[in-house]
Amino acid sequence: MSKNDQFQVQQFRTPLSRARGMGASRHGVSHFITERVSGLALAPLTLWGAYAALKQVRAPHDVVVQWMAQPVNAVLLSLLLIAALVHLQSAVQVVIEDYIERFTTKTALVIGNLFVCVLAGAVGVFSILKVALTVTGAH
Amino acid sequence: MTDTSRGLPERPMSPHLQVWRWHITMACSILHRGCIIGLWVGAVILAGWAAALAAGPDAYAGYVGLLGSPIGKLVLLGETFAVFFNVAYTLRQTFWDAGKGFAPRTADMTGAMAIAFAVVATIVTWVIAGGIGAF
Repeated sequence: MSKNDQFQVQQFRTPLSRARGMGASRHGVSHFITERVSGLALAPLTLWGAYAALKQVRAPHDVVVQWMAQPVNAVLLSLLLIAALVHLQSAVQVVIEDYIERFTTKTALVIGNLFVCVLAGAVGVFSILKVALTVTGAH
Repeated sequence: MTDTSRGLPERPMSPHLQVWRWHITMACSILHRGCIIGLWVGAVILAGWAAALAAGPDAYAGYVGLLGSPIGKLVLLGETFAVFFNVAYTLRQTFWDAGKGFAPRTADMTGAMAIAFAVVATIVTWVIAGGIGAF
């Protein structure tokens, strides 16, 4: 096989084949940027979260419900949860891919990670909205 | 081409803990990975907290009681550290992304600062929590 033939073969390789052969599948950059940008968004959101947790830690149910009925709190808490889950889904996937070698185990864990993160986001945001939108006598 | 194997080449794995020599930058890296796993659990706990709040006063009291138990407090203490360490570490990574802070002495110093910030912020947060009678 001449050098030229080798080059021709390379042209027909799929992205998956390239990735398996340790070439780039051309999807890594978006993952990296997603992780970095969500991490930056999380910095102020988690500091607000720590402040909010200190404010609500002793509060009984009805007081916390009134707190959640404030639009700024419901929106910031939803953003905190979503940004955290986007960030953590990406970050935990990298940890799984780095340390788990067996294909089926690795795939099951990566999919499980995605499902747990999406489920936590759906349950969390629905619950926040339910509390924020059904409370009476807010403001 | 010296590679005569027909099979796929082995993917390189990340080096596991036992092959590393312990130093501050490496400790920060693995500590951050630990914190990421911890925060993953923390995000699920937060979603559960919102669900308990939506479920009503009894469910909420039960959930907060669980978080207020000794094991719950230990978990929350860990989460507090993980939150603050992740904030500091993200800032450090942002400088790295801009190509700054890679000199060994700088990297050692920023790593130590990230750990120190997380420890101090965790203590301050829990002292405030204690001050308002949270435990």
